[in-house]
Amino acid sequence: MAYTEEELKKELETKEYEYGFYTDIESDTFPKGLNEEIVRAISKKKNEPEWMTEWRLEAFRIWEGMEEPEWANVRYEKPDFQAISYYSAPKAADPNKSIDDVDPELLAMYKKLGISVDEQKRLQNVAVDIVVDSVSVATTFKKTLGEKGIIFMPISEAIQEHPELVKKYMGTVVPKTDNFYAALNSAVFTDGSFCYIPKGVRCPMELSTYFRINEGGTGQFERTLVIADESSYVSYLEGCTAPSRDENQLHAAVVELIALDDAEIKYSTVQNWYPGNSEGKGGVYNFVTKRGLCEKNSKISWTQVETGSAVTWKYPSCVLKGDNSVGEFYSIAVTNNFQQADTGTKMVHLGKNTKSTIISKGISAGKSQNSYRGLVQVNSRAENARNFSQCDSLLMGNECGAHTFPYIEAKNKTAQIEHEATTSKIGEDQIFYCNQRGIDTEKAIALIVNGFSKEVLNKLPMEFAVEAQKLLEISLEGSVG
Amino acid sequence: MLKITDLHASVEDKEILRGINLEVNAGEVHAIMGPNGSGKSTLASVIAGKEEFEVTQGTVALDGEDLEDAAPEERAHKGVFLSFQYPVEIPGVSVTNFMKTAINESRKARGLEDMPANKMLKLIREKSELLEIDRKFLSRSLNEGFSGGEKKRNEIFQMAMLEPKLAILDETDSGLDIDALRIVANGVNKLKSSDNAVIVITHYQRLLEYIVPDYVHVLHNGKIVKSGGKELALELEEKGYDWIKQEATV
Repeated sequence: MAYTEEELKKELETKEYEYGFYTDIESDTFPKGLNEEIVRAISKKKNEPEWMTEWRLEAFRIWEGMEEPEWANVRYEKPDFQAISYYSAPKAADPNKSIDDVDPELLAMYKKLGISVDEQKRLQNVAVDIVVDSVSVATTFKKTLGEKGIIFMPISEAIQEHPELVKKYMGTVVPKTDNFYAALNSAVFTDGSFCYIPKGVRCPMELSTYFRINEGGTGQFERTLVIADESSYVSYLEGCTAPSRDENQLHAAVVELIALDDAEIKYSTVQNWYPGNSEGKGGVYNFVTKRGLCEKNSKISWTQVETGSAVTWKYPSCVLKGDNSVGEFYSIAVTNNFQQADTGTKMVHLGKNTKSTIISKGISAGKSQNSYRGLVQVNSRAENARNFSQCDSLLMGNECGAHTFPYIEAKNKTAQIEHEATTSKIGEDQIFYCNQRGIDTEKAIALIVNGFSKEVLNKLPMEFAVEAQKLLEISLEGSVG
Repeated sequence: MLKITDLHASVEDKEILRGINLEVNAGEVHAIMGPNGSGKSTLASVIAGKEEFEVTQGTVALDGEDLEDAAPEERAHKGVFLSFQYPVEIPGVSVTNFMKTAINESRKARGLEDMPANKMLKLIREKSELLEIDRKFLSRSLNEGFSGGEKKRNEIFQMAMLEPKLAILDETDSGLDIDALRIVANGVNKLKSSDNAVIVITHYQRLLEYIVPDYVHVLHNGKIVKSGGKELALELEEKGYDWIKQEATV
């Protein structure tokens, strides 16, 4: 049975009375700064076993010896890592704040996205009349999934309940030493998701973080681990399409995917964190490391719609280790105003007959800079590796930039690598044509942008695609004067 | 229906229309002919409200209402349709999706709900048959990779879908072979009624054999220098434009 999001929402509403209220809200926050004591304290707070604490400490020591990378085509003021508090309990609803106190501009945006008033309140940290105890709802979910042996829980719980799986796989795809932000994340991550699909199981529903407990306060340092055992399948949706105005300046998440023999993982993301205002003030720095490992005959597809954040540094990648494995990357990145995005993928072909596809659509407006950066690497033993890359850029106005940095390293003569790239501009003639048919300029731009992004939008699960389309419209509002 | 009074328009300070007067009533077909660069396409664009043209003097009124402050999409909502001489491509947007958006935007402007999908499909079926359009064609990206003839036929298909009050056909005959011309003209004739009007802009009298005009106007140097019945088109075909130019300068 196809479990739709609508049904889930209904379930959420009907369950709330049955399971009562959740009122136990922690309120402690750690002092600012980062040192071994803080790392230990985070681990202790989470009641972690000794091995986890040691793992974090090792990551911290590695991080201390690293420097923040500067090779990306982005400019920003580097965060002061000693000025951040690395543990903060979930934000409590402010009983004195009402919906009238919320920025009307933001409310208008919510309305366009079709977000309910209760949901709006939750997003804005406003006390809702009835606090939904999501733990209970998640439990009913767990039951359905549990019958199939699927494990889907916060990673902190997985460390307690399934240490053997976490120990075996965490850090194997993105090692602690991988890069500056990955090392930092390994030391201080506070939350995230864990998912395990057993052998031969096809996960019956799209797994979405939306319904996972504790989703309200998305961690600054999220850690996600998805393991698809042999011949299993899972589709995972990340991110909420509501434009959360998160005050956290820095987000450094790590996502690791493991597809064992004959398994398939589809990972879809819609990212729309606060991009800063139209003058380029504020906004989130999104420095994310996402990578998947493909064993024999397996497949990993990354699909992303990136519209938010002031600065994005993100390269969801595939290591095609097993023979005949397939890696895919479908991306739409929108930048407006002063946003900067440096995003793309790495496809590392190690096994024989491995195949990868890269479709990247970059849309730049305002004074933004949008870069595609991709690496296709074919190892000497990867006989008959194939790659197809297509990078299209769409420009709006005269003050934005689109850049493409494709890197190709082929060490095997049998490799077939194709790269196509186009750059186009939304023309006044296109807009006038739409206007003449009764379509106003804003709608015309949305239509043109959606057409441009269609190949990628089609890869998203249905309900996600509809929201992603609306999001593209909203992100580009006011971009043509 | 349409009343143009002493219309002057320029682009980048170059005056192109220099005092046009034209009145088109419901149920009429007007042909506007004239040599290259006489201002025919500019006139079409100005009626449709293209912003790069600046109206420096005079008025364009539709049903007694001055269109000066109306944006192009508002004019479209009031029933002005322009069949473009060079229709633009919109990659990734199918003809069907484009039409659905256009129709629903116009309905929204009139305070109506979206057209139900079954009605939309029925309308598409009806109008594509009228223009002998293969339905597969409708799922292709708008004008992308279309032949010249396909583009023009698609323009008239859109006109059929939108049922405008005033349709302006800007050189719809160029790029059409004789069969396509017959189909397009046939479509226009079937859409004609006592409630709407058509302005046909053309170089040649060929199209006018199929879409028979009530009035023919000759545009030269941004002015209508001669008007007459359909026989004027034949005369122009025979004698060319030179005698008109001479007459105008005298």
